[in-house]
Amino acid sequence: MALYILRRIALSIPALLGLILLTFVLSRVVPGDPAATLAGDSATPAQIAQIRAQYGLDRPILEQAVIHVRQVLSGDLGNSIFSGRPVAEEIWQRLPATLELTFVALFLATLLGIGLGLVAALDHNGPLDHLVRLVSVGGLAIASFWLAIMLQLQFSMEWNLLPLRGRLDVALGQVPRLTGFMLVDTLAIGRFDLFLDALRHLALPAFTLALPGLATIARFTRSGVLEVLQKDYVLYARAAGYGRFRLAAIYVLRNAVTVTVTQVGLLFGALVSGAVAVEAVFDWPGLGTYAVQAILSADYKALLAVTLVIGVVYAVVNVAVDVAQAIIDPRVADQ
Amino acid sequence: MDAALVIEDLAVQLRGRGEVADILDGITLTVPRGSVTGVVGESGCGKSTLLRAILGILPGRATTPRGRILFEGRDILPARAAKPHGRIGFVPQDPYLSLNPVFRAGDQILEIMRRHAPGTRAEHRAKLVELFRAVQLPDPEAALRKYPHQFSGGQRQRLLIAAALCCDPALIVADEPTTALDVTTQREVLGLLRELVRARGLSMLFVTHDFGVLASLCDEVSVLYAGRVAESGPTRAVLDTPTHPYTRMLLACHPDRAVELLGIPGAVPPATAQPAGCRFHPRCPVAQPDCRQDVPPLLPWSGGRAVACPHAARMEAHALA
Repeated sequence: MALYILRRIALSIPALLGLILLTFVLSRVVPGDPAATLAGDSATPAQIAQIRAQYGLDRPILEQAVIHVRQVLSGDLGNSIFSGRPVAEEIWQRLPATLELTFVALFLATLLGIGLGLVAALDHNGPLDHLVRLVSVGGLAIASFWLAIMLQLQFSMEWNLLPLRGRLDVALGQVPRLTGFMLVDTLAIGRFDLFLDALRHLALPAFTLALPGLATIARFTRSGVLEVLQKDYVLYARAAGYGRFRLAAIYVLRNAVTVTVTQVGLLFGALVSGAVAVEAVFDWPGLGTYAVQAILSADYKALLAVTLVIGVVYAVVNVAVDVAQAIIDPRVADQ
Repeated sequence: MDAALVIEDLAVQLRGRGEVADILDGITLTVPRGSVTGVVGESGCGKSTLLRAILGILPGRATTPRGRILFEGRDILPARAAKPHGRIGFVPQDPYLSLNPVFRAGDQILEIMRRHAPGTRAEHRAKLVELFRAVQLPDPEAALRKYPHQFSGGQRQRLLIAAALCCDPALIVADEPTTALDVTTQREVLGLLRELVRARGLSMLFVTHDFGVLASLCDEVSVLYAGRVAESGPTRAVLDTPTHPYTRMLLACHPDRAVELLGIPGAVPPATAQPAGCRFHPRCPVAQPDCRQDVPPLLPWSGGRAVACPHAARMEAHALA
């Protein structure tokens, strides 16, 4: 198992290097001269040339690529054209907010999705099955920005149950940044009231973000469970007198979720891109709002850095998913 | 006679697409205590359904079965009857497909013991290691921690035999436990079963389509055709002097003695369209007019046998060649 994990990590290194190169290529193929953009509308050709030399844009393209990779590996993502501050620092400020949101959404989607899928499969063609199918079709069809606004109208404006925007009610107190994860930091300083407030702030955006993933996971789990129920080993277990609950919830489900888990890894990409819209609606101070701002101000350094960071997180999540799969199904690691 | 299992007039039908299939009809057989009873027949004769009825796992589309299955003094056939889990051990057909690939094989057997055998988990583990030793599994202690895919096919069948024995059952039912294995492994597993039966005085119902296996393992045999018993009795008597036309033709035309109807004209009727009267009559060379109308009863015969053919006595051997 340890060998499998190491091999899996080693395999993701070329992918990450490729990603770094890809961001470099993207920065060069996008139309427009970055030096000209940097220098501004009123710059003279001489000023543009000076900036070009200053940023190394006049060197051979291969040399630039090598420099780019070296810089990225040393944690230098350049300075934001918009704010002038190092991009790495700005992203570091905002990344935990997005990760917290996406992880909570992923957790919700996985837990509820697997639960609903199992219930649907055990009630095959029954009323619960139909209900879950309706929810999963709806979950995929509804646009998240629309759902976000509807939830805000209902839960925040109409019923006043949950906060409208942000990560924490500033009137309640300040939370020092330890990890950047509100749920962790509030507990670390022993403020359970703040922890609950952070949870309440997370509820609507996390649910909005989770819904499409939840629908996908429910569908995969449902068909997985239905398939496993037909297996000889389930018949054998019934003949041997396994308990009904154990048979369905453990014996069958563990086989069925091997497919689902792969989906969880793929879903994470969709969650991060979905976070852009959701963060915008809920005014969530994460990477999504940062990316929107970067697009609006043509801050290509910031955009590439966001792409890179999301790519790295995606790769890490997928290694974690592969490891989870090997734990669930021991045959995976032995292959 | 002291019987481990008595099946009386068992009939099972399956619903499907507007049709009703007669899978089993009027099955009567007995497994005497301490002996091995074989059930032999072609694919589709109802062997598997018979096993599922005994194990209480008839498919959902089965209609309410008729008849009785008496085990330890009560009828276990009705859907609401408590199932004899643990008291009847089951050796399934395919060792590759019968163990869940994502759980340790040992844990899967321990779960059966947890539910159906007295004792603590430690006692169960100790007992399972003993059983692994009894079924000659290499390194029994380490076997507890392995997953199914880490065993060979023959070893997996040994695991399943150990699982069948784990709750000290009063009866073992085995569903062609050697067909999925290669020939040398088949011989080893059969040898093991024979040894266990002798050493432990097991009662066993053994389903097969192989007369060779039957001859080497079973004391009694019931020959099934199209969901009915054609002939039953002591294995030696049935194999040496087969009496029902179906049994005679099977044994006459197949030197390797595997059940296949290649040498018999016609085909097994589909279960949804069984012929009236004797179900074998469309293919029987000595069929009489009454065979088309009357269901032949299972009549006592010489040598402790029973034969479902009223014309067997008059039949000439050469008429079947």
